[in-house]
Amino acid sequence: MQLSLGPVLYNWAPERWRDFYFRIADEAPVDTVAIGEIVCSKRSPFIAPHLPAVVERLRAAGKQVLPGSLILTSLPRERRQMADLVNTEELLVEVNDLTCLKPLIGRPHAIGPFINIYNEASAAFHAQRGATRICLPPELPMSSVAAIAAAVPNVLIDIFAFGRVPLAISARCYHARLHKLTKDNCQFVCERDPDGLMLRTLDGADFLTVNGVQTLSSTCTNLLGDANALSEAGVGSFRLSPQDCDMVAVISVFRAALDGREDAESGTRRLAQLYPNAPFSNGFLHGVAGFVSVAPDARSSRQHGFREPIEPHML
Amino acid sequence: MELICPAGTPAALKTAIDAGADAIYCGFNDETNARNFPGLNFSRDELREAIALAHRRGVKILVAINTFPRAGAVSLWHRAVDDAVAAKADALILADVGLLEYAASRHPAQRLHVSVQAAAANADAIGFYTETFGARRVVLPRVLSVAEIAAIVREVTCETEVFVFGGLCVMAEGRCSLSSYATGQSPNMQGVCSPASHVAYEQENGRTKSRLGGFTINSFEIGEAAGYPTLCKGRFTTKYGTGYIFEDPVSLDAATLLTGLRDAGVTALKIEGRQRGRAYVEGVVRHFRQALNALDSGRPIDAGQLTPFTEGQATTVGAYRKTWR
Repeated sequence: MQLSLGPVLYNWAPERWRDFYFRIADEAPVDTVAIGEIVCSKRSPFIAPHLPAVVERLRAAGKQVLPGSLILTSLPRERRQMADLVNTEELLVEVNDLTCLKPLIGRPHAIGPFINIYNEASAAFHAQRGATRICLPPELPMSSVAAIAAAVPNVLIDIFAFGRVPLAISARCYHARLHKLTKDNCQFVCERDPDGLMLRTLDGADFLTVNGVQTLSSTCTNLLGDANALSEAGVGSFRLSPQDCDMVAVISVFRAALDGREDAESGTRRLAQLYPNAPFSNGFLHGVAGFVSVAPDARSSRQHGFREPIEPHML
Repeated sequence: MELICPAGTPAALKTAIDAGADAIYCGFNDETNARNFPGLNFSRDELREAIALAHRRGVKILVAINTFPRAGAVSLWHRAVDDAVAAKADALILADVGLLEYAASRHPAQRLHVSVQAAAANADAIGFYTETFGARRVVLPRVLSVAEIAAIVREVTCETEVFVFGGLCVMAEGRCSLSSYATGQSPNMQGVCSPASHVAYEQENGRTKSRLGGFTINSFEIGEAAGYPTLCKGRFTTKYGTGYIFEDPVSLDAATLLTGLRDAGVTALKIEGRQRGRAYVEGVVRHFRQALNALDSGRPIDAGQLTPFTEGQATTVGAYRKTWR
């Protein structure tokens, strides 16, 4: 099982962003690194000066680098950015919006988790057009993952295995709206929440996190306990999404567990210490509500205050 | 501009024809369409009869098969495509690239429309659908301003259809898993958002709380109308304050923007609401028919009569007026 690191989804200070990737290059046992600002095009200019050095350092360390496209492209400026992106000939572009697919057809490329691949036919459609790796949408249940992986045996199937789950993208910026600012004059207030802004119910229960135009879960996906089943289903890579924690250590835990040097239970305990901000969840994979944590074996489950009734056959 | 109207039942379809629809969109009563609610939508026989009736009255029928086929069960969606073609649907509204490929290769003469669920939000993405599948029309996501729509129309080779009234997704359609995060059921997979099966209203400390999948979505004074807990229209709290973080419980009403949409070159105007009753269809369709007649004859458009049909009795022009920017 390979490991891929997803792009940083939050608005981190540029130097911090650069140093994060330098450390990933130098220390993290990860095979592939998806990179670039994919959430909000207004943030792109901040990381742009550091991007070449980061890509070079990652490649020098033997990592495969996947420059990712924006999730939602609408402005002319954004379309130009995407046109530039697909000219990156020496790197495998990760497509997160069909906007930039056309010029990539017939050329090897990656499909990101924001493209709707819900079945074997759409996976085959993209494979026929040059997709060599597909990171599946986090919403998919195990049965779908297995059917898709079986249909495209030559495509590396990547699965969203750690991090708060991206759930929605909007043309509207909720950080700006909360601060009573317009999106065009947002003052980049999202930078104050490097791990996302917690959104709670009126009862005070953690529910979602806001990251500018993006909405994510409050829980953190953790598929460590499902690794054997996923491997049998044909999954070839675990995608770990950067959170505001020691991601090098998180990656190392996954590497150790996937290599059989540590069991899933002990790995999960260590992950909980490394990222105590959010309870773990894997409900999507088990065909139930995404926030739920289902224990695939005897592993104890961690869950917030609410309990979704889970049918015994789902356990 | 064509007026495209919703129908969740054969009765609503007849009502929409009488009220002045140019075309009506509907779906089969299963998970192949994005309004898969109990008691709603059309059997195969009902669809055949509806199409025959509509064609006698000069009205077109567009069949929405716009969820993303479930892996391992794609044949269910293929059958829906085949049956809609056999029933002589004027167009199929599709979102999944695998299903678009199937329809385009199996039924090359069939007119295909790209569903809003396909999230084609710019000319490049639309170009991908028209060139790959020969799609003749795209339903634009509700994230664009009128000026942006005009720019898209100038650049693309297909027709465009935009929503002018009804429920308003504030998230990019077809790319939202909020509902399944809370309930296990999503628009993309099961064709439902914030499903009624997961809704509960509870009295607590003198207030009514509306819940979805166990999460409190809103809280009301006793006696205050407790709205339906659509996830993205809920009241939540953050360290910066409490309120409607994503959007107030409002509906889209672009009646005041019809001139701009016509000048932008939009082909068709769409009314949301296949889950709504005949009174809604009658009222909203008739209103927009009159508005379009007024537009065509250069008379002023009478806007603002539709408040009773809106969520929370309030409306917005959404992204069309660029206030989101």
